Amino acid sequence: MMYTSRRNLLRLAGAVGVASVLAACGGGDDSGTGGETVSADDVTKALEEGGELLVWSWDTTIAPTAQAFMTKYPKVKINVVNAGTNQDQYVALQNALSAGKGVPDLAHIEYYALSQFSLAKNVADLSGFGASAYKDKFAPGPWNAVSANGGVFGLPLDSGPMVLYYNKEVFDKHGVAVPTTWDEYYEAAKKLHAADPKVYIASDSGDAGTTTSMIWQAGGKPYTVNGTDITINFADAGAQKYTALWQKMIDEKLLSSISGWTDEWFQALGNGTLATLVVGAWMPSNLVSGSPNASGKWRVAPMPQWEKGGTATAENGGSAMSVMEASTRKALAYGFLDYLTAGEGVKTRIDNGAFPATTADLNSPEFQAKEFEYFGGQKINEIFAQSSANVVPGWSYLPYQVYANSIFKDTAGQAYISSTKLADGLKAWQDASVKYGNEQGFTVK
Amino acid sequence: MGPFMAVFALVFLAPIAYSIYISLFKTRLIGGTSFVGLENYQQALTDPNFWDGLARVAIFLVVQVPIMLGIALLAALAIDSGRLHAAGFFRITIFLPYAVPAVVAAIMWGFMYGNQFGLVGNINEAFGISIPAPLGPDWILASIGNIVTWEFVGYNMLIFYSALRVIPSSLYEAAEIDGAGQFRIIRSIKLPAIRGALVIATIFSIIGSFQLFTEPSILQKLAPNAITTFFTPNYYAYSLSFNGQQYNYSATIAIIMGLVTMLVAYVIQLRGMRKES
Repeated sequence: MMYTSRRNLLRLAGAVGVASVLAACGGGDDSGTGGETVSADDVTKALEEGGELLVWSWDTTIAPTAQAFMTKYPKVKINVVNAGTNQDQYVALQNALSAGKGVPDLAHIEYYALSQFSLAKNVADLSGFGASAYKDKFAPGPWNAVSANGGVFGLPLDSGPMVLYYNKEVFDKHGVAVPTTWDEYYEAAKKLHAADPKVYIASDSGDAGTTTSMIWQAGGKPYTVNGTDITINFADAGAQKYTALWQKMIDEKLLSSISGWTDEWFQALGNGTLATLVVGAWMPSNLVSGSPNASGKWRVAPMPQWEKGGTATAENGGSAMSVMEASTRKALAYGFLDYLTAGEGVKTRIDNGAFPATTADLNSPEFQAKEFEYFGGQKINEIFAQSSANVVPGWSYLPYQVYANSIFKDTAGQAYISSTKLADGLKAWQDASVKYGNEQGFTVK
Repeated sequence: MGPFMAVFALVFLAPIAYSIYISLFKTRLIGGTSFVGLENYQQALTDPNFWDGLARVAIFLVVQVPIMLGIALLAALAIDSGRLHAAGFFRITIFLPYAVPAVVAAIMWGFMYGNQFGLVGNINEAFGISIPAPLGPDWILASIGNIVTWEFVGYNMLIFYSALRVIPSSLYEAAEIDGAGQFRIIRSIKLPAIRGALVIATIFSIIGSFQLFTEPSILQKLAPNAITTFFTPNYYAYSLSFNGQQYNYSATIAIIMGLVTMLVAYVIQLRGMRKES
């Protein structure tokens, strides 16, 4: 009853109302350190006994996998709910957590956002469930993203090793070679734009995820996180390599200002006005559905390098599935998680278009030999797998990266529309992130 | 009286009281919730982002509201003058945009403003010219002003028009006998008679300006850097709450904005009503 009346207030008072509900029901959760222990037998027993699980995910490959799982374990019932895509789901999740009601058993959380939930102990530490043994089962980038301080806070669902997607037709038409280094990329950008003023090598209006991934590849480590002690530095050698190149791209107007993920953007990717994309391996299904008219024109190449002959890559996006601490059926939830991310479910998900994080699948001949019609029959998984193996180690995100990314446009984004230099914009982003971190109780320098 | 007071307290007073209550606390990711008194208010008053947003809606108010009300008044006078053919048609057409939800209007105008594939882009291409980008940082506020004007001219026109309709026609006849022209009638009869409606429309528009949210939050996807997270105070409160989980601070911003809005509306009402009595 209490809850219902609060819900009504919430509607009336909008954001302020949400705040009141959260403040009313919230409260520190600092009970217990280290995870509980659940043995394989416990999990098997839970699966046999059955029960219901609530899973939050926007990934379309989860539902068919859950279906297959339920066929195998008829007593288990899994409800897969789409509670919004990334940021929207995190807001819903935070609200449910604060209200202490409606929290799912399993939630889909992207790598960059995971530490925000693990820090607050909202997600269960799975090291006591036997998840630590999976270290070598997953590619190093994703594994590093789910494990921290001896804990395992989810299992990798997919990964996003970066590659260069390019429109072969556009490159061929203007006689431009596909760039293998960032210097060549810059030269290609100039040549393409000079040959046809409508054509841009890429669009970028400032994206936090892309920027951090680019710095990652260049060897930069802007975030050092040690518990609640954090250092942020966007002036290291890696970041400087990136800003030097990207400043030239911005100054010489070699980047289109079309915002990513808009209709315009997909149209431009389809009609050849945007010649390349440097993003994660999860892109193909988006291209197929968003720019169907470009089928057969696009190809995949390794990510351009900072040094000729290099192989360094970075992760871009990718996500984990985590068992929520509030779940009352953790053993059962882990049973499904195991199936979904490390067991038979991986195959179902790959068949439905997912890009896995499991090394065995990444390296399997069957996976690598798959030819993609959209990419002119190219075996693109070979390049993705190669990229996955070459991710620069040692990267970490902030424990409050969700917020930091949301203010990227206020700071670094200004470099794209004003005379602010990108390096200064990143410094402003750093300062704002430091300020927020300290306000939130971290020690940030 | 009892039931009314209960509903009134629950629906109107409780959310406000609750917002004030939580604005006195601070919840941190590390360390939990603690009582901080007026610290959030102190922080807001020295927060450059808040002032930046407030200054922006102030400029918006000073420029957009007079233009919108001026157009609405002209339209109402023209339709009321009886000299317009198909006055009913104009009345409904001018009012029509108000029936379009603000979200849809913002999306629609957003497409027109696009200088890559939108209408502006097509015009640039067709004539080989380069119109300043409506979604660029220099023009974005004016572009939003244009959308808001388009949406609300009809609504205000209708308020003015209905006020004009209740003026007894005997006044006009008397004025004509005295030899007054149309402009004299407008100045000496019509405008004084609808003063109350003018004040009400002005107050509504001021509140609307301070609450500017929908248009920037929709256009934000198309103009990501030009529209910052603190573009307007309301949008700032929203960003703080939903991206940063700074609910306490968000409530503080909301309360300060409520006070500012009330104050400005009150001053306008005092000034507007003074001469009438």
